[in-house]
Amino acid sequence: MSRVPGRTPVRVGPVSAVWRPRTVLVPLAMAAALFAAIVAGSGRGDFPLSPQEVVTALFGGGDSAARLVVWELRLPRSVVGALVGASLGLAGAILQGIARNPLASPDILGITAGAGVGAVSVIVFGGAYGSVSGPLADIGVPGAAIAGALLASLAVYLLAVRRGLSGYRVLLVGVGVNAALTSVLSWLLIKADIVDAGRALIWLNGSLNAANWDIAAPAGWALVLLLPAALLLSFQFGALAFDEDTARGLGVRMTGSRVALLVTAVLLAATATAAAGPIAFVALACPQLALRLLRTGHPPLLASMLLGAAVTVWADVLGRTAFGDVELPVGILTAALGAPYLLYLLVRSGKART
Amino acid sequence: MTHTAPASVRDDALDAAAPAVRLRAERLTLGYGERAVVHDLDLDIPDGSVTAVIGPNGCGKSTLLRAFGRLMKPRGGRVLLDGTPLHTLPTRAVAATVGLLPQSPVAPEGLTVADLVARGRHPHQSWYRRWSAHDEEVVERALRATGTFELAERTLDELSGGQRQRAWIAMALAQDTELLLLDEPTNHLDLAHQIEVLDLVRELHQDTGRTVVLVLHDLSLAARYADRLVAMREGRIAASGPPAQVLTEELLGEVFGLRARVRHDEETGAPLVVPLSRHQRTAAP
Repeated sequence: MSRVPGRTPVRVGPVSAVWRPRTVLVPLAMAAALFAAIVAGSGRGDFPLSPQEVVTALFGGGDSAARLVVWELRLPRSVVGALVGASLGLAGAILQGIARNPLASPDILGITAGAGVGAVSVIVFGGAYGSVSGPLADIGVPGAAIAGALLASLAVYLLAVRRGLSGYRVLLVGVGVNAALTSVLSWLLIKADIVDAGRALIWLNGSLNAANWDIAAPAGWALVLLLPAALLLSFQFGALAFDEDTARGLGVRMTGSRVALLVTAVLLAATATAAAGPIAFVALACPQLALRLLRTGHPPLLASMLLGAAVTVWADVLGRTAFGDVELPVGILTAALGAPYLLYLLVRSGKART
Repeated sequence: MTHTAPASVRDDALDAAAPAVRLRAERLTLGYGERAVVHDLDLDIPDGSVTAVIGPNGCGKSTLLRAFGRLMKPRGGRVLLDGTPLHTLPTRAVAATVGLLPQSPVAPEGLTVADLVARGRHPHQSWYRRWSAHDEEVVERALRATGTFELAERTLDELSGGQRQRAWIAMALAQDTELLLLDEPTNHLDLAHQIEVLDLVRELHQDTGRTVVLVLHDLSLAARYADRLVAMREGRIAASGPPAQVLTEELLGEVFGLRARVRHDEETGAPLVVPLSRHQRTAAP
């Protein structure tokens, strides 16, 4: 029996929590949507398979040709998409939670642009005609993307976060860092020869075309290691959602918990961007959608993560198959879906303040 | 620290009748940036007392309260909680002993009253223990004590100002701390709701012996509800003691620059401040 309306307890030994059907059912629905996207994505293509054939092949049955197509050709793409989307959704939820601002995301804070500068530098300076050579080859495009993302977030941190994370200052500094990095990107693209510039542009649009199991592995490990850290640290979220004084009055060590969460979010966003290039708006929009679906006071981590994965894989499936012969990179589709949502958020927050 | 024992024993013997000091400010200097707001301030908050801090805008009342709640690092001097310097204690330990309600707290959008009040339990919870039977009991008590139990499932933005303020006080209560610091808990409330909130504070004090420090603007209400008034001016204490001693016409002139008559309530004997308007002032000899 609940003694406090709306907060039914679940207790097992020393573990206790509030039972909220939405926080269980909505993520389950999202997981189902993700699975459906993977099945749909693995079925479509030059060698079409029915959903039943895909599911049979996924569980190791069916004929060997179907298994080869599903496991070696198409599944890596969906898995990379799911891992990247999950990492971005989680990173966005963490950033929005600690900044108490729906606009906080790796895209706006310059983290993605930093990864872009890193990756494009390697593509442009690393070598000609697709072969990367010299010292830059040892770092590779993914390594350079991660380094760039970390440097960009360090810049934002030093310029703004140290003096408190809430409010618009962090966002404005992020926008500034983003603009500076974007101009560096333009310069790199102008300087590059045409083939390198073409490859850089494909990378910058965010694409799963190059996805294979080797790319999935680092993104997977990052998520496996960082998700538990994020979930443990997120215990502070409920209190962090208040203003600074109230949160500190509730015993939250503001600097320590925020820096730990910030580092987690930056690493997630960086590894995701290194794996597939910048996939726009997933980190921005998914946590806000999950928040509205779950009706929690702060962006829910697990639900944002699952939604990010489902949205990314569906966007890739649509981009690949819905426009006839034209294959759109996943990043273009998420941007096309996400931009109106960003505008809606801006219009709405403008209304709330007047 | 054995060498200090004889001195403290002697102190205890001398003050046997006086309650222990919970919070103590020693030569406390506080400031923001370059500007010092509180200078060299000494103040004791005895156990089980209700202390109201009064003073004109910008006199350092809220700043002092924030330092008591460990939201500010002293620039000079120190704050002691039960004899230990506050800034050496872990944040969570302080939060389990001292509850603070800031002047204008901000909650995330769409939060229900029950969820708000439950977050007061944060210092007592951990990542796996998020809603224990004890949490539930304390939150229920806090909701009932503040008359917000019926509002539990409503969101904060659906409430009136008075209801919302009571919900915030319920959250501070759910923190279940022996000391409670309230920064202008009656801010933006009409008179009836001000009385409601202050009655609640008084009851809490009487029922559970909590030590309360609150910042108040209304001098007559402060005199009526507090055991002790602390009048501040320009970051220093101008007077402190029982309301009848502190609230005098001279003090009002000195601290607030206010010409007023101090009458006494016929029933309670508490001082009542009756400010003089400009035409009364010019008419007076």
